[in-house]
Parts: sequence; structure tokens; C-alpha cells
Amino acid sequence: MASFLSLHTAISNLVHDGDTVALEGFTHLIPFAAGHEIIRQGRRDLTLIRMTPDLIYDQMIGSGCARKLVFSWGGNPGVGSLYRLRDAVERDWPNPLEIEEHSHAAMANAYAAGAEGMPSAFFRGYRGTGLPGVNANIRFVACPFTGEPLACVPAHRPDVAIIHAQRADRQGNVLLEGIVGVQKEAVLAARRSLVTVEEVVDDLDARSPNAIVLPSWTATAIALVPGGAHPSYAHGYYSRDNAFYVAWDEIARERESFAGWMRQHVLEQGPEVFGERAGLRR
Amino acid sequence: MNHTATEMMTIAAARALCNNDVCFVGIGLPSAACNLARATHAPGLTLIYESGTIEAKPAVLPLSIGDGELCETALTTVSVPEMFRYWLQGGRITLGFLGGAQVDRYGNLNSTVIGDYRKPKVRLPGAGGATEIAICCGRIFITMSHNPRAMVKKLDFLTTLGHGPTGQERKKLGIATAGPVLLVTDLGTMQPDPETNEFVVTALHPGVTRDAVRENTGWRVRFADAIGETAPPSAGELEALRELNARTARAHGGTAA
Repeated sequence: MASFLSLHTAISNLVHDGDTVALEGFTHLIPFAAGHEIIRQGRRDLTLIRMTPDLIYDQMIGSGCARKLVFSWGGNPGVGSLYRLRDAVERDWPNPLEIEEHSHAAMANAYAAGAEGMPSAFFRGYRGTGLPGVNANIRFVACPFTGEPLACVPAHRPDVAIIHAQRADRQGNVLLEGIVGVQKEAVLAARRSLVTVEEVVDDLDARSPNAIVLPSWTATAIALVPGGAHPSYAHGYYSRDNAFYVAWDEIARERESFAGWMRQHVLEQGPEVFGERAGLRR
Repeated sequence: MNHTATEMMTIAAARALCNNDVCFVGIGLPSAACNLARATHAPGLTLIYESGTIEAKPAVLPLSIGDGELCETALTTVSVPEMFRYWLQGGRITLGFLGGAQVDRYGNLNSTVIGDYRKPKVRLPGAGGATEIAICCGRIFITMSHNPRAMVKKLDFLTTLGHGPTGQERKKLGIATAGPVLLVTDLGTMQPDPETNEFVVTALHPGVTRDAVRENTGWRVRFADAIGETAPPSAGELEALRELNARTARAHGGTAA
């Protein structure tokens, strides 16, 4: 059964130096508060998996948490570059960053294979491109029935998956809805998992028996963090802070402005500020 | 009405979209062109964004591929693994609409790095969905700003397969989908030669000269025998595009801190 913990305790118990960690959420429900707590607790040498690194991994990479990044699209959506990711890859700052680069289809398939308990995933992809030449984890096998060459990648099996969801009930069952990304797969693929939620309720109020519900025995810990996805969003609670995504371009461009922003808004703050940040925009 | 080169490019791309297409849409100009088409001649155009939103009908252009606007207006929203496995790989999508940092004469795209992969001058975002979109969609449209840095003789990295380094690789690899069939730039439109698959200029936008195209293309660009001039934007097209952009600016600015 999932334990209800404070975010501080949950990160302290679940995330260790050197772990392979996946913070997921496809544009929607990105667990920013949990990422900030990892930064505050000074975790190092993490292998970070995420389809779209987004601002949260830009912040974690720029803060020196990561040794390696496994990803498929590393930009600021609709805005441009992730400058902290680029600084790490182009100039080894604040430390060298190993990258393992995939396509979205490969990443989605690798999470699904992890959830299935399979060692690897097969799909129709990558053919004729330069990616297999720079990533030894992209290989091809022939379909035993048709002979078609199929791309093959290892399953994702993170030590820890971290997601944000709309709500949990008091038993620790979790509901997420809207753009649901790969979060269910990430939790089921991981050895341990943390779900931060907007609220804890008596009844999940799932409108359909087919809503995405993670039973309490699939997550390790749940932490209540209202607004914990800001500047990403929580469908039904608050919308995406597109203006902040645009503003990040300027903040992250230089090391000094980035460090100053992180000190003021992350290192010297706690998870309780997220409610107000998201609430301002409700 | 006067218009900008970007407006012409967006409108030219929108005109190429059909009412019965099922289109996998990228952010930026492809999304603008698709929603302009929906607002003008192709109200039935089906838009699918890789965040899992099927039959999205956004009133404003999303900043990201997963804005709430897409989910709220979609017929249904599926998970990302389902999107890539059942819908894209399953062959349900007739048209993919892509951009990139570089394109070559055979419609191959680079969105990975400028310079050497291990020590890049510029680290670009990467493949995203494009690699499999290019293999699995029925056909591909590309949009690109027309300049020598973008329209290159040789890609720094091949992220997304067009017709391959010699123009013949799709057939050799046994890939059955058509690949890139249209390239729309801010100077004109290009289509692949039926024999060689090399993109040749088939129409110039109003006021654009052949010399301007030559100067802004990184390879010795060829022109089709019968070359047309793109019809200038109609008042209706321009009004629809400007209204869409104004609504979008209001919506995104409205969330400012």
C-alpha cells in the first residue's frame, strides 16, 4: 500500500545518488515540485529518463544532479532551446552529461515494455536514420514470421518513477486524466514510485470505469502538493503557464541568471509555494 | 492586402491540406497551417497531436504539443504509447507535417545537431516523433524557412528519413509509405522529381525570383519545366490567419505573471 509522506521525506526515502529516475508527464502534469525537492536535497549522478526533458530537467541538469540523460525531444516547447541542457552537452557545464537519444516512439515502447516486464520493445522505426549509429541501444531484429527488420530497444526499468496526478483517495488510489502521457507505464515499469497529487479526497469521483486509476498497491508513496505541476498544468485545476515557459528562455540562457533564479525560487523555497504559484493562474 | 513571407508560406501550406486528411501535426507553422485550413477550405480536416489528442479542434494555436486546449477540444485523448503504437504505427494517419533545422534535396531532415554529434556546435532538440512519423504516415509535407543554412547540400545528421541520401533508400529499405511529397518554404513550393526524388521548384510565391531561390538554396537547385506562381493570399485567408494569430497572442499573454 502506498504511504502518505511529506514530499521531503518521500524524496529522501526513495531517491538516492546514482539512481535511474524517470519524472514523467507529457507537457501536462509534470512533477515540478518533486524535481525541485531533488535539487534541494542535492542528489548527484542520477540517470534521468524522460521523453521531453522540458524545464524540469533543464533545472536539474543545470543544478548538477545528472550524470546521464535518456530522452527523445529536448527543447522548450514552442519557444526554443533548453539552454542548461545545451550547456551541459556543448560545454560540459556544470558537469559532463552522457546522452542516450531515442525517438518518441522508442521511448513510449520502452516504457510499455518495462510495464509488461519484458526485456525489450519491438516496433517499426529508426530505419534509414543516423540514430542507430550513435546509440548502441538501438538495434534491429528480423520478424520471425515476415522477415521485416524491426527496431528494438531495451525496456525502461527505472529505480524510481515520479509523476503528478489530480487526486488520490484516502486509501492511496490515484486518478489521472486529460493528457495522460506515459505515466501509468512509468509507474508500472519502476521498482519504486512517488505520486504527488493536487488533493486527497474521500472519493476519486472517476466519471468512467475506464478512467486511469493506479491502485494504491502500485505506488510506493504519495505526497500532497497542491500546484505541484506548475508551470506545467493539472487538467481541471489550473492551466499551463505558457508565459513562464516563454520567460524561461531568458532566465536559463546564462549561467548567472539561471543560478540566481534557482536560488531565489527553488533553493530558498519549499513545496508549499506551488499552490500559490498555480493558484494565481487558476 | 499586403502580406508577409511567413503568411504566404502558412497559407500555401494550408491550401495543400485536404478536408479528408488525417494529419499528425507538429507545433509551429504546421499547426498554424492546419488550423488555418480548418478555418477556411477544410473544416473536416482531422488533427492529431502526438500528446494523444485525436480530432483536436483548438480555437487558439497551442504553444506546446500538449496544451490543455487540445485535450479540451479533442474527440478523445489516448495515452502516448497508444498514440504511437495503434494510431501512428497502425497506419491510421494519412499525412505527417514536419519541419527541422536542415533539409537536403531529397527531403531528409536534421533536428539533432549542428556540427559533430559527439561535440556539437549546437545541440538541437532531437527527433521527437518525427523519425516514425516519416516512416508510418501515408505521405509527408515539410515546411522550412528558405535560406542556405536550412536548405543544405549535406545534413550534419540524418534524424528523419525523407527519400534517403541518394533519393532511392525508401524503396531499398522496403518502406511502403510515400515519404515527403511537398516542401513549402517562404519563397515557393517544391515537389520531388518522379524519377530521382530530388525536390525541384514547382511554384514561386508572388514577387520571388529564380535568383533569390538559387541564392538561398545550399545545393544547385532545379526548376520544374512548368513552373507556376502561387496565387497571392485572398482577403479571406489573410483575415482568418490574422484572427487566429491574434486570438493565440491574447490567450498566451493572458497567463502572464
